[in-house]
Amino acid sequence: MEKFKKLTSSIVPLPIENVDTDQIIPARFLKAVNKEGFGDNLFADWRYNKDGSPKIDFVLNNSQFIGSILVAGKNFGSGSSREHAAWAIAGYGFKVIVSSFFADIFRNNALNNGVLPVMVSPEFLSEIFYDLQSNSAMTLTIDLENQTITNNVNRKSEKFEINPYKKECLIKGLDDIDYLLSKKDLIESYEKSID
Amino acid sequence: MNLQSQKSPSGKFNGLTLFDKIWDAHVVSSIENGPTILYIDRHFCHEVTSPQAFDGLRVRGLKVLRPEKTTMTADHNTPTIDQDKPVTDPISRNQLDTFSKNAAEFNMPLFYPLGHPNNGVVHIIGPENGFTQPGTTIVCGDSHTSTHGAFGAIAFGIGTSEVEMVLATQTVLQTRPKTMRITFNGNLNSSVTAKDLALYMISKLTTGGATGYFVEYAGEAIRNMSMEERMTVCNLSIEMGARGGMIAPDETTFAYVQGREFAPKGKDLERKLSYWKTLQSDENAVFDKEYSFDAADIQPMITYGTNPGMGMGINDYIPEIEKIDEAGRISFLKSLEYMGFKPGEQLLNKQVDYVFLGSCTNGRIEDFRLFANYVKGKKKAEHVVAWLVPGSWKVENQIREEGLLEILTDAGFKLRQPGCSACLAMNDDKVPAGKYAVSTSNRNFEGRQGPGARTILAGPLVAAAAAVAGCIFDPRG
Ligand code: SF4
Repeated sequence: MEKFKKLTSSIVPLPIENVDTDQIIPARFLKAVNKEGFGDNLFADWRYNKDGSPKIDFVLNNSQFIGSILVAGKNFGSGSSREHAAWAIAGYGFKVIVSSFFADIFRNNALNNGVLPVMVSPEFLSEIFYDLQSNSAMTLTIDLENQTITNNVNRKSEKFEINPYKKECLIKGLDDIDYLLSKKDLIESYEKSID
Repeated sequence: MNLQSQKSPSGKFNGLTLFDKIWDAHVVSSIENGPTILYIDRHFCHEVTSPQAFDGLRVRGLKVLRPEKTTMTADHNTPTIDQDKPVTDPISRNQLDTFSKNAAEFNMPLFYPLGHPNNGVVHIIGPENGFTQPGTTIVCGDSHTSTHGAFGAIAFGIGTSEVEMVLATQTVLQTRPKTMRITFNGNLNSSVTAKDLALYMISKLTTGGATGYFVEYAGEAIRNMSMEERMTVCNLSIEMGARGGMIAPDETTFAYVQGREFAPKGKDLERKLSYWKTLQSDENAVFDKEYSFDAADIQPMITYGTNPGMGMGINDYIPEIEKIDEAGRISFLKSLEYMGFKPGEQLLNKQVDYVFLGSCTNGRIEDFRLFANYVKGKKKAEHVVAWLVPGSWKVENQIREEGLLEILTDAGFKLRQPGCSACLAMNDDKVPAGKYAVSTSNRNFEGRQGPGARTILAGPLVAAAAAVAGCIFDPRG
């Protein structure tokens, strides 16, 4: 996994609430047996017409908005446990998702794939959408070490929460399986204790 | 000193909740300020969320640590007709072949491919074969794993990275969730099903209302439910954001589990039973949040929007726009536009094109009994396409044995073969764009049942009434 410390980037706005995993990656794209290529189908039903041509009014098809931070409405990632949603987001090139609320499983899946979910207050979120109207190239800075997110237009910052263990994993670029494998003796002694 | 007021490993001074008791018994170790290493007793695995996990093992050169603790069934991406013939879609076939190859390569003993008598939807075959037991931890790469909580187990959905963790180490890293109790006082009215109770609850709590929590369901209405009904309720926990839902085991639970193929037997059963009987929340247990509802307030439910929280009584009206929070209005209107409905509208008598009875929410024998009982002596509306998909081959057999198939056939219905089918429409069971489907599954998201499909979630009785009347119709007549 790539290491993550600090990121300043322009943003892609998606001011819709309850974006569920069936929108992030529709089920018909789940037939693959590896992790590659999901980015091309991220938000497929919003992004492409039936004939495969891009829908011009969807934000991913708008060259005004590019960047590695996705900013979305409340309750992002609800629905199924498919990690394909996180692979699609990571595969498209997003490193951070900002929202005022995330669904549980999605948050975990994102973190396991090096994508940082940043939960901000509803005010902070609406200010981003507001500032964006006059300045489509606006940037956000995410400082993982200090757990802060900064709106570089109005200069306001906010602290965000992240589990210290997950934070360390992201900063070091380690994943959970590496960690668990290092604890095999503990697992085996637990098994003996329950027999 | 009162034992129950001692500080537990969970750090609480009060009594313990059912969740606490099971969780604490499965902690391998905890990382300071971090997640817990949680031991997993039963892992269920299907073809869609596992290939990348097995791939991960290969890349790291690892074996499956405890193959006998994983049950594998093909269900998500399978056809519901002609299962004995080769799967026609080459990509689906590849996924199924990969599943079989992984089972063989990693020596997985509990592998149920298409056509196997134990095959079916993962959350249906777990309980019916006795894999699902009280007091255990259960995971699967599928969010509706919460179903198994009906037995008094901690059961939750995981992502593919976590599937890999379980295969490699029989543990997952989890942050301890908060606990919530939802109590249903009194009893349900007749013609009101467990599905209606769940849709009612989600409409009150919203789709994010239980995010971060593990829910225990309690109260008279829950106690009086059969295991099938309890599974329906726990199944839908995830639709209000909960990590999972659970119900304390009781005589109903023990009676269901005993005698099933993989359930404990003899001395082992006696030992387990005495443990299972301790599995309730202590009287002085404190939950992080509590809600209670009167079961008698619940009507047969339908959804009108594109998330399961957008539900109402079948005779009610869609809310007017003024009733919606300002921040939510864009999403609300977008959702109604997708459905072709208007604020303030009533949905009774709206034409229905498709009816789907099935899925891990309502694909069990009791659901088929309810449906068959309603359509008995009536006829399916001609324009309605009905997909009746049993959750497993065992359910299928029972439908035949109980004479339900005859009733259904006489009323103009056909039975399909087991699988997830139109619940997520990965196979050919897709509702065409713009068409209305009354569906007993669990998600009415945009495109969930096929691109452009319009899903109205309901219980098996409302689905039966819609199939006969050809429109949204109150099953109470
Ligand atoms: S029936 Fe639907 S919800 Fe249940 S396991 Fe299958 S796809 Fe998932």
